[in-house]
Amino acid sequence: MRPTLAAIEVETPHAVTVGLGVWTFIATEILFFGGLFVAYTLYRVNYPHVFAAGAREMELGSGALNTALLLVSSVFMATADRAVRAGRRGWARACLLATLVLGVAFLGIKGLEYRSHVLHRLVPGPGFRPGTDPRLQMYFFLYFAMTGLHAAHMILGLGAILWLLREEALGRISPERPEPVAVVGIYWSFVDCVWLFLFPLFYLPGR
Amino acid sequence: MNSRWPLPVADLIVAGAVLLALLGVSVSTTALPPAPWHTAVALGVAAAQVSLVAACFMKLRFRRGLIRVFAGAGLFWLCLLASLISADYLTRR
Repeated sequence: MRPTLAAIEVETPHAVTVGLGVWTFIATEILFFGGLFVAYTLYRVNYPHVFAAGAREMELGSGALNTALLLVSSVFMATADRAVRAGRRGWARACLLATLVLGVAFLGIKGLEYRSHVLHRLVPGPGFRPGTDPRLQMYFFLYFAMTGLHAAHMILGLGAILWLLREEALGRISPERPEPVAVVGIYWSFVDCVWLFLFPLFYLPGR
Repeated sequence: MNSRWPLPVADLIVAGAVLLALLGVSVSTTALPPAPWHTAVALGVAAAQVSLVAACFMKLRFRRGLIRVFAGAGLFWLCLLASLISADYLTRR
């Protein structure tokens, strides 16, 4: 018999402990990315035209599409959490798969963007595009560092979703034990939040 | 605990639609001539989107105070980090 939602509305001490743990981890992640965001802010304040020029090299359509993919994936991830709590295993599995597919699509588009940047010689270093302002390398260093770090977090998140699918298939995730999906969901939403700031900072300046 | 937790699927879809609409607002500023206020709008939209994600998808809206304190701790320490770094740059000659 499926549990009623009323029966699972009570937050158990275990759930509170899990919540405190995951938000402590998220706090460390905020600081991890925060340093780079502060560096971005300082350099952009001092070199606004360089950052505007860098943003014009970006494919706005790819960035916007990637943002939309991540937002939709967050909806699926939250729906998977709800489905697990309601005992709807089929829905949970489908939503986790959808999140996985959208995450892979995001990384695919990002990979194509990186390939384009390499072909246009926009990777900071000795081979950087000749004839352009060398300070543009500052923008692209921050771009590759921050989006690369974000992509690494995405890959870890996809690994966690694969693990959730395995756990679900083995019957280890249930309305009585929904915390793994909740934890991965919060992590996935955090990765989404980081991109929600990366997009306007790297794709929109000077446009 | 709020009696509407977890959110109905319809509410999650509405939240997703609002997030996509906000993305549209952000992107649509690029259709206008470049102006200094574009950055403010873009970052304001991003902040609104993050708030919505935190409230609905990360369920902060429904969690008890101590978890909200832990969630806010990250932002507090980030502000501290930014302040200390900025203090260096702002006081340089």
